[in-house]
Amino acid sequence: MAAPCIGRLEKIFVLGRRCLITSTLNSQQRQIHRGQELYNATTPRVASRHTITVVPGDGVGPELISSVKDIFQASGVPVDFEEYFLSEVQPGSDKLETVLESFRKNGVGLTHYITTPHHFKGGILETLNMKLRQNLDLFANVVRVKSLPGYPTRHKNLDFVIIREQTEGEFSALEHESVTGVVESLKIVTKEKSKRIAKFAFDYAMKHNRQRVTAVHKANIMKLGDGLFLKCCQEVSELYPKIDFNSMIIDNCCMQLVSNPQQFDVLVMPNLYGNIVDNLAAGLAGGAGIVPGESFSHDVVVFEQGARHSFVEAVGKNIANPTAILLSACNMLRHIHLDYHSKLIEDALIKVIKAGKVRTQDMGGYATTSDYTLAVINNLQI
Amino acid sequence: MAAPLRYLQRLQSCIVKSNLTKGAHKVCVQGFHVSEPASDIQHTEYRRPVPEVFAKYGGRNTVTVLTGDGVGPELLNHVQEVFRHAGAPVDFEELEINSSTNDIEHMDSALLSVKRNGVALKGNIETRFDDLTFASMNVALRTKLELFASIVWCKSIPGIPARHENVDIVLIRENTEGEYSNLEHESVSGVIESLKIITAAKSTRIAKYAFDYAVKHGRKKVTAIHKANIMKLADGLFLQCCRDVAKSYPDIEFSDMIVDNASMQMASKPQQFDVMVLPNLYGNILGNIAAGLIGGPGLVPGHNIGSDYAVFETGTRNSGRSMKGKNIANPTGMLLASCDMLDYLGHSKHGTLIRDSVMNVLSNKQLQTRDLGGQASTSEVIQAIIDDIRPKTKSWLHGY
Repeated sequence: MAAPCIGRLEKIFVLGRRCLITSTLNSQQRQIHRGQELYNATTPRVASRHTITVVPGDGVGPELISSVKDIFQASGVPVDFEEYFLSEVQPGSDKLETVLESFRKNGVGLTHYITTPHHFKGGILETLNMKLRQNLDLFANVVRVKSLPGYPTRHKNLDFVIIREQTEGEFSALEHESVTGVVESLKIVTKEKSKRIAKFAFDYAMKHNRQRVTAVHKANIMKLGDGLFLKCCQEVSELYPKIDFNSMIIDNCCMQLVSNPQQFDVLVMPNLYGNIVDNLAAGLAGGAGIVPGESFSHDVVVFEQGARHSFVEAVGKNIANPTAILLSACNMLRHIHLDYHSKLIEDALIKVIKAGKVRTQDMGGYATTSDYTLAVINNLQI
Repeated sequence: MAAPLRYLQRLQSCIVKSNLTKGAHKVCVQGFHVSEPASDIQHTEYRRPVPEVFAKYGGRNTVTVLTGDGVGPELLNHVQEVFRHAGAPVDFEELEINSSTNDIEHMDSALLSVKRNGVALKGNIETRFDDLTFASMNVALRTKLELFASIVWCKSIPGIPARHENVDIVLIRENTEGEYSNLEHESVSGVIESLKIITAAKSTRIAKYAFDYAVKHGRKKVTAIHKANIMKLADGLFLQCCRDVAKSYPDIEFSDMIVDNASMQMASKPQQFDVMVLPNLYGNILGNIAAGLIGGPGLVPGHNIGSDYAVFETGTRNSGRSMKGKNIANPTGMLLASCDMLDYLGHSKHGTLIRDSVMNVLSNKQLQTRDLGGQASTSEVIQAIIDDIRPKTKSWLHGY
């Protein structure tokens, strides 16, 4: 129950700091705009520091985020956190609207999973996570599965990317009991969103010099729904002649992933398949604590773990693995042009993992979360 | 016999197309809110393409860079360097395309890339005129992407030596038909017919764009430039379309001027012009005059806009082959074009940042390139711009 209090205190602290920053910036802003009013006078201020929105969520989220904060502070990252507490299972949650506004304003976020109860007590079917994604239109989830150097797993040299549509499909929150004992759950596939995610996947492949995009589907059974998804992917692929395009049925894809995962490059798939494959692939690379992920809309990007779990069992035990959220934070720094800091932290992290002395339980070690965090800080080559 | 027949067929298809576009007028102007000849004038506003056209994710855009000939590649490299230092949220997809890569494959990849990203930054591609088979790739790009409007804003820059002061002219040029239709043939030996095509649909579209531009940017006057006294039908149609459109915009003053007179007025009293709307070739010529008035081709940015895509380049489309590799070209035009691109993409914060620094450096006599009478090299100018940008982004961009 301590979490909400901490969240609020943090917020007040952060807000206070932000006011200070804004006031120092105004004079700088005036200088910059001196004499130049070519387009519009109300251009936003040129920030010298970045503000990001942070939602620690439930479970070990707050512990992991505090690990990120410690490391950011130690490496002098010019980023301010605007922290909000959102939860479905704990009291004291901030208003969703406030959080959404913050995300829209900052454009960049760092979040951890918000737990959803499994039973339904009436009311709205949509979970808080879904609401966040829907409202911000975070349509593309990207999980890059890459073997960590110095941490051997069953499969070596993994490097593939899973791109998941996450605003429609099975997660549309449309379920009803038409006759007693018969529930219909609607899976929605639209041309517009399928094309959008396909374009995203190909754009991602272009930007990151990938060779092939594989569409994963079940069009042999859901001939219309998944058929449409597949058709949209095919149509979009015509704009990208330099990138190979092929498709694979989801069941086969899962089998191939556990037997020969090196064959994959970029995978694009609808919502539920993406959810399952994300977790499967995270398992291949070493677990939920290791694989980073990110969700994109056109204007907002949210960085998070690749396989989203709250890990409630570990709350307060100081055993959660912060690797995934740290790698995600490094990706975030790269996204906001802080390449130097990103590399600094990533190098330190890789060094700790390679050395193999300080590892959390899930990686076969005995270290606590805070030991691990300290080890990373000690390895920062500032 | 075969060759003229082919031309005839092309001509026919062109006419059919223009009829089609006339019928499907709504489709043509889908970039605007107005679908009917406007009665609700106050609300006509140029609309940005839907974000789905851009490759924009998490606030970062990918932009196509078409390198072009002459000084294009070096200038575009400098732009990327400046962007990196300003922390502009833009990634580049660079395609090498110039007069030596004039084949369908390169052209297609360039077109596809612009279609994927929605926006391109481009150096000029030289067109060899000694080779008959060599169709202009610039023109092909504009027609294939339906970039119907070319906008060049010539505004006097304080501190730059020029013959006229307080020039502030926006030239809006029809980009896809007129003399640039690539329809020329020798009907009888020794007699060449070069066809200039003017259609009502495209003339109305450009006129509408010009007036919408004037409304959006608080301009007072639109002047249509033509030669309707000689080409009574073709330029007459263009003028008539402009007049018809003007009726829907009572707040904007409309006038017209014959192109030869307009050239003379430009050279003697350019302050009288505000927004000019021109068919293709006149736009080309007057655009160059206007650029010359304010200090030369190196200073002026331009962009080409269609209903879906936009291509940004220097205002006067010269490749500057003679300056290639000498490190003396003026990077201002290209940099300002890239700032316009940032604004267009919604990154006006970074656009203004870079534009401010470019202007700051430009006003320093020590840092002017040779075309402005200075001694500085391109890389010195770029370095000065970066030095000007750096303190503004200091802790924001550590490590560079």
